[in-house]
Amino acid sequence: MNTIVDARGLSCPQPVLMTMDEIKKASQGEIEILVDTDTSKENVSRAAESKGWEVKGVREEGEGYRINIVGS
Amino acid sequence: MGQLKNFFASRWGIIGVGAFIGVLAPLLQKWGNPGNMGICVACFERDIAGAVGLQRAAVVQYMRPEIIGFVLGALIAALLFKEFRARTGSAPIVRFVLGAFAMIGALVFLGCPWRALLRLAGGDGNALFGIAGLIFGIWIGTLFLKSGYNLGRSEKTHTSVGWLLPLTMLGFLVLMLIFPQINGEPKSGILFYSLKGPGAMHAPLLISLLVGLAVGFVAQRSRFCTMGAFRDLILFRQTHLFWGILSLAVVAFITNLIVGQFHPGFVNQPVANTMEVWNFLGMVLAGLAFALAGGCPGRQLFLAGEGDGDAAVFVLGMIVGAGFAHNFALASSPTGVGPHGIAATIIGLLVCLFIGFTMRKRV
Repeated sequence: MNTIVDARGLSCPQPVLMTMDEIKKASQGEIEILVDTDTSKENVSRAAESKGWEVKGVREEGEGYRINIVGS
Repeated sequence: MGQLKNFFASRWGIIGVGAFIGVLAPLLQKWGNPGNMGICVACFERDIAGAVGLQRAAVVQYMRPEIIGFVLGALIAALLFKEFRARTGSAPIVRFVLGAFAMIGALVFLGCPWRALLRLAGGDGNALFGIAGLIFGIWIGTLFLKSGYNLGRSEKTHTSVGWLLPLTMLGFLVLMLIFPQINGEPKSGILFYSLKGPGAMHAPLLISLLVGLAVGFVAQRSRFCTMGAFRDLILFRQTHLFWGILSLAVVAFITNLIVGQFHPGFVNQPVANTMEVWNFLGMVLAGLAFALAGGCPGRQLFLAGEGDGDAAVFVLGMIVGAGFAHNFALASSPTGVGPHGIAATIIGLLVCLFIGFTMRKRV
């Protein structure tokens, strides 16, 4: 079961803060982040990559996106 | 279109947008806007408050088409790239209050973060105190963010909710066309127009509007934000947005040199004063309010253009705040701070701290 971060409806910089918190906690594995704006999608992806995590997939879901990031 | 979308989110994209604004802002000044005020979101929203009579300071009344263009340009970009998304419900009253105090702080300094950079790029050394204050205010904001401060979640809502601020701006533009400026007249129909002072200095309507639309368009694509630039640097050590404002400042400096608008010094700078402490503290208040509200005044306009009803409330808060700032003599002038500017700055800081400390619930 992957960790899921639900950042839908939250504005900048909450989605990135929540993602960073999970990355710190997990240090590796897979995290799924739910966001509802393109800005959050870009910011979360950029933040994950800056921590050396790989953005494995981004797919549209409902009114937003589900972002999968993987750290090893 | 997909490639264009990616480009604006890239480092060169944001640098390009900063440079674009860095060229156009000094040119707007050359074409008629006030000194080191080619673009100032706070000053221009204050002028709009004056144009509709929410404040009656005779020297700062003009329906600035740049602001109208910012919102409508962002709206066009959001519609074109399918990013328009009507949403609201994330602590609107808090955003209104933060907007009002952000404006009050900005008018103590005499400029928003955009103008702080443009003042520096025009040689105004007093801007250094404002920028230092801005960074300090944002730093306080990041402490609250780290300790769990948040405004709560917004919800998807009726499309028309997202259209209200863009339609308001369109309405302002229509008013301007129905009641155009008449030479030597302080009023045209229901709109006020300054006869002297910064409000009387403006580029031709069409140029201001077109530049506003273009800036609104590219800023929506790139998520350009002058507050986020420092916040992300402090909070995450991320330089992405910072490249944008650095590019703006450097290119505006070069453009000013080329067109002969660079005048280094501290005294007799246009629409500025030399009260270091209040230049600093005014921007501490503005920076903290912007950080707590999640965006600089420009970014709030662009967000409002893409359907964010909460950002729209922040914008309205700023316009109403400008009314208070001038009606209560809180705003500074070239001679110094207003009679009640110091009290208002202190009250504003206390209100922001109250909001910061009491809204740290987990979401």
